[in-house]
Amino acid sequence: MGDLVWIFFSAMVVNNFTLMLFLGLCPFLGVSGRVETALRMGAANIFVLVLTAVWVWALNTFILVYAPYLRLISFIIVIASLVQIVEMVIKKVSPVLFRQLGIFLPLITTNCAILGLAIFQTIRGYGFLEGLAFAIGAGAGLTLALVLMASIRESVELADVPAVAQGTALVLIIAGSLSLAFMGFAGLLSSS
Amino acid sequence: MTDGDAHTVTAPPPEPDVAPARLLVVLGAAGALAGLLLVLAYGLTLPTIEANKARALQEAVREVLKAPERYDTLYVVNGALAASPPAAADPRRIEQVYLGYGPNARRIGFAIVAEDAGFQDVVRLIFGYDPKTRQLLGIKVLESKETPGLGDKIEKDTTFVGQFDGARPPLVGVKKGKRTNPSQVDMITGATISSRAVIRIVNRALERLGPLVEAYP
Amino acid sequence: MRHEISPADLHCGAHGAAAPPRPGHAAPAREDLLRGIWRENPVLVQLLGLCPTLAVTNSVANSLAMGLATFFVLLGSSLLVSTFKRVIPGEVRISSYILIIATFVTVAEMLLQALAPDIHKALGAFVALIVVNCIILGRQEAFASRQPVGRAALDAIGMGGGFMIALLLMGGIREVLGSGTFLGVSLFGPRWEPWVIMILPPGGFFTLAFLLLAIGWWKRPRAA
Repeated sequence: MGDLVWIFFSAMVVNNFTLMLFLGLCPFLGVSGRVETALRMGAANIFVLVLTAVWVWALNTFILVYAPYLRLISFIIVIASLVQIVEMVIKKVSPVLFRQLGIFLPLITTNCAILGLAIFQTIRGYGFLEGLAFAIGAGAGLTLALVLMASIRESVELADVPAVAQGTALVLIIAGSLSLAFMGFAGLLSSS
Repeated sequence: MTDGDAHTVTAPPPEPDVAPARLLVVLGAAGALAGLLLVLAYGLTLPTIEANKARALQEAVREVLKAPERYDTLYVVNGALAASPPAAADPRRIEQVYLGYGPNARRIGFAIVAEDAGFQDVVRLIFGYDPKTRQLLGIKVLESKETPGLGDKIEKDTTFVGQFDGARPPLVGVKKGKRTNPSQVDMITGATISSRAVIRIVNRALERLGPLVEAYP
Repeated sequence: MRHEISPADLHCGAHGAAAPPRPGHAAPAREDLLRGIWRENPVLVQLLGLCPTLAVTNSVANSLAMGLATFFVLLGSSLLVSTFKRVIPGEVRISSYILIIATFVTVAEMLLQALAPDIHKALGAFVALIVVNCIILGRQEAFASRQPVGRAALDAIGMGGGFMIALLLMGGIREVLGSGTFLGVSLFGPRWEPWVIMILPPGGFFTLAFLLLAIGWWKRPRAA
């Protein structure tokens, strides 16, 4: 389990951030039935997650050893700043991408998946490479969950759903079913 | 929340333009106050938190070494066990092994903490080992996220856990009811992978640390 | 952090039915208190703070602990934000709120770790994640920063109470069905086979869906 492959697949499917750990639910439940949008949100998340993992590793290794009580505050400052910077960079580099993606970026700050990654990475004492594998796996898992939810919602829009169940209740039932399906991945990575 | 919908909100009442200096002062003051509060809370709670951790470890060591009178903490340094950590290092970052003593300073055995991947996530356990008789003294699962009702029996099923008292590593897992000698372990029906994980964790830890504890004078 | 639309506006108030109160509107104190409990319940109506609601409600004890921790942070932050609302310039208000909230959360986590280490271990990362719980940031932005301290406190108590109620409902259903116990006390005896799924992740999703369905049915427009 210091094994990078294990960390990657564990974060992506076996302990999927959204469907098993309940992180990143707000964008997940709010994503509409458009797979393209889901992919873009996923990509933005992966990007921020990877940057966060690097900074969190640096913070944990060099600075927070002296002031562990500042951990949460420094994490949230780093995340908020990263999102700001990413937004500015995308705006400059590709205004088209910014217009398509822009509305999602401020949302990422309060997305509990990013802070969740930082905290899990710290608790498990991951090093630099392990943190990266973790972040990429987590981001891939988030994207997977988003895309699955978006494609299902696309189909469900054409179905006859009772008025009482429409909206979030329906989305939660879909999410529960996806989570149930993902439980099938348990045992994938054990080496026996 | 649909794509592209900007939610109109009542904006806060318009304020006169604020000098950047004032922004910095306010944020700086808030930061300083926050820092102060945190240092205070940290100082107040740290002793209790450390005491809790120490007590939890003590209980675990006592359980797997079958109530020793006392125990020493040994550090794995450069492939051998040392009674104290190297001077410059942080002791919490060095792997530790615990040596328990009974009455008359008789050595009971070593308590070793190890972890590896289980069925769902990482399983972490502590086990007692006596290098003189080459037998396990007992195990205790410290952390596991195995399936409730099935895999979590590795911590809750006393029959399963009890088998490790007096077991002889290297351990081999067998189907439930087929255990014939102390090197075999009856696995839990319906939780083969979790059971195998426990066995593997003990075997691997002993492969690595067995020679070290046997060599400790 | 300067945005045309601040993160709090866009995200933490974006779904659900919360309407920012009109400043100066003379609502009775009772309404400030009760609003968060039912009519604008942060979880069941506004659909905020769903991450902890699903993650830690596999037992009543955990739900209680999370509810108390969140209550503490919400009340503390609301009091501070309301007290200093004239001192905090608009440009840095979100940063200041987050700083205040993060401080309270860190203190809450330390207290929990010192006083109840088993529960702290069970709640795991989710105590720290209270920082990004939209309920708290949303209330600072929408209410506490514009209202006097008294009203902000009542609102915080109401919202915190509403959150607690939602958590306990979820926790109660999941623990009773999923473990056959309530607060650790076995209800049905050893022969009863619990619905283990309820304490696993899918159970969280299904339980909340069921609660929302029940509320939606209750509130359904009745034919004239």
